[in-house]
Order: sequence, then C-alpha cells, then structure tokens
Amino acid sequence: MSEAWSEGAHAAFKAHGVRQVGYVPDGGLKTLIRLCEADNDIRTVPATTEEEAVALCAGAWLGGQKAAVLMQSSGVGNTINMLASLIVTCRFPIFAIVTMRGDFGETNPWQMPMGQNVAPILENLGVRVFKVTNDEDAVETINAGLAMAFSADEPVAVLIGQRLIGAKAFTSEIAEESEDV
Amino acid sequence: MSEPSVTSSARLERRHALGTLLKARGDALVVAGLGSPVWDLAALDHRAENFYVWGGMGGTVAIGLGLAIAQPDRPVWVVTGDGEMLMGVGSLASVAMQQPSNLSILCFDNEHYVETGGQRSHTGSGVDLSAMAAGAGLKDAVTVTDDEGLTALAGTLANGVAYGAASGPIFATVKVTSDSPPRVQPPRDGAFLKTRFRQAVLGNRAALHPS
Repeated sequence: MSEAWSEGAHAAFKAHGVRQVGYVPDGGLKTLIRLCEADNDIRTVPATTEEEAVALCAGAWLGGQKAAVLMQSSGVGNTINMLASLIVTCRFPIFAIVTMRGDFGETNPWQMPMGQNVAPILENLGVRVFKVTNDEDAVETINAGLAMAFSADEPVAVLIGQRLIGAKAFTSEIAEESEDV
Repeated sequence: MSEPSVTSSARLERRHALGTLLKARGDALVVAGLGSPVWDLAALDHRAENFYVWGGMGGTVAIGLGLAIAQPDRPVWVVTGDGEMLMGVGSLASVAMQQPSNLSILCFDNEHYVETGGQRSHTGSGVDLSAMAAGAGLKDAVTVTDDEGLTALAGTLANGVAYGAASGPIFATVKVTSDSPPRVQPPRDGAFLKTRFRQAVLGNRAALHPS
C-alpha cells in the first residue's frame, strides 16, 4: 500500500490549518490516521458513525476551526442526510477523504453496490467529487480540495481509488459447507 | 456518580425548565436540536450565539462536540430532545472519548415525538438516556424530574460558566411534559444562522474572511 499520498494528505492538512479530523477507520486510512493522531496540532475524533464526523465539521467551523472527515466508501451511505440537510443547506465547508471499496479489483460483492454509488450520490447532493488513482494526483487534489472547501465554502470529497490503495485480499481458511443443505 | 434509573412520574413544564437553566447561561454558546428545543430557545433567549438546527436529525451533539473543541474557553450547551438523542446516541460515546470539559448536553425528554404527531418514543418504555450516557463514560449524567433537581443542575451549569466550564462534560435528562407551548420560530436560513453565529463568536474579520 502506498503511504506517499497519506503523508501528502497530512502535510496538506498542516498547510491548510486543519485542526480537527473526525473519522471512522478504514484499512486504506491507517497511515493517515496514525499521522494525524501523532500530531499535537490536530485533534483526532473517532466517530461511531460517519454522519457524526460530518456534523463535527459543522461545529468546528462554527467555532472557527477547520475540520476534515476520513471514511470508507460504505460510510458515505451513512452521511447522506447530514450532508444534505446540514452541510449543503447551511453552506458549511466540508472536506472529506473517502477511501474506496467496491472499486477497481474488488473481490467482496457486499462492497460493490455502495462503492459504485458513492460518486453519483455525492454529486446529486451537490458535493464536488474528485477521484484520484495515483499518489501525485492525490496530493495535488487534496490541496486543491482543501482550498475549495475552506475558501469557497464548498462541500468537497476526494475519493482515493482502489487502483491506488489496492484491493483487500481475502486469503483465509474456508468454512466447510454441510452436505445436507 | 450517575443516578439510578428514575421511575418517578414527576415532570417539568419544558419552557419553565429551560428558562430556569438559561439563567445560568452567561456567555455559553448554545446549539439547539430540531423541534421543540429550537422553539423553546427562540422563545426564551434568542441571540446570535444560538445555532438553531432545523434538520440533520441526530447531529446536534456532534455539532456541539466540534464547537466545544474549537472554543475550549467558552461553555457550550447542546439542547436536544429524546427523539434526536436516540438517533445520535453513538455520539455520546464520541463525546466521552474526547471529554470536553466545556460541553453540557441537556436532553429534554418528553417521551414523545411531538413534531410528528405525538408518537411514543423509546424513553417512555424505560429507555434511560442518562444511564446510556453514563455507560458511554459521561459519569456525572443526571436525570431531573422536579424543581429541586432543576435548581441543582442550574447550579452545576453556573459553576461551569463561572470557572471556565472545567466540570464537564455534563449530561442531563430533564423529564418534561409533552405539552406544546406556542411555537416561536427563529430564522430558518441556515447560511444566515451560521454566519451570524460565527460573527458573534469570532468577530467579523475572522468570520467573513477565513484564511
């Protein structure tokens, strides 16, 4: 897994003055979460569901701080009403990094329906969506997205494609099926 | 420590209850959740440092958390109801993990979804939001059912206001009747409410020209 985009994202958070990071973990976010947790200028706020992290960003902005959301693509499904009703209505800036599942090379069918609907759902809500598939593009897009979010009061999501973070491999033992079924 | 589950049938009138607590407000920032908390706050203490949440059900506590972290030297109150608290109950765990000492969550529990026709909520069947908050790690969670408890809670909130809110986070369930006092509407333009709140808290320059 590439860590370059994660290091670039953390550097971008610093450069743009992001002070709070709300997240629900994902394997693809492991390095970025670790970098944020180790940073005394960034308050990491684990959320129990992704919509909490979205609402956290609105509260941070009301208090004069920039906040970002980190989540897996499946978590986007949990955020729809909070993005629509709170963020879009009030023109709150929001910046989200979404690590994709149900994308390039996915082998778990349970991830496909949500993963394939992340971009159209976000776009329908009015969120500006940028998908990236290599390190250089990711870092450049994250910096541009942070500027758009906090200077133009835009809702922005950067989708980190599985072409960049890799598809999760499932290589464990297989449960025996009963012959009686 | 947290009180055991309250089985008393005592109830307070909601606007009397919030009005009593607001006497201890000082310069606290207040986020009010959709429905009755919005109408009550607008009726009792309408000011720029109120953020009225007309939608986004379930998010008010998390908004308060982000605000409390961003403004650690100011008390932040979340005023919400049982329906919204149930929808966002996981946010109590997130608040407990952060332990923001300046955050107070005041849940006005009428055991009903009044805005949608008075359907019963879970709290009328024994679900105890203060016990859930205590279980999440908000150890001083209390349930208030009468004026004596209300006065004690107002005192706790006043101490937080007076001493830099160092005593929190606070969680209180305030058991209220399901009557609907006359509705008082604040502005419903969310962008206006957001910007006016930021102007009041941050000053015009920081609010209108964020770097």
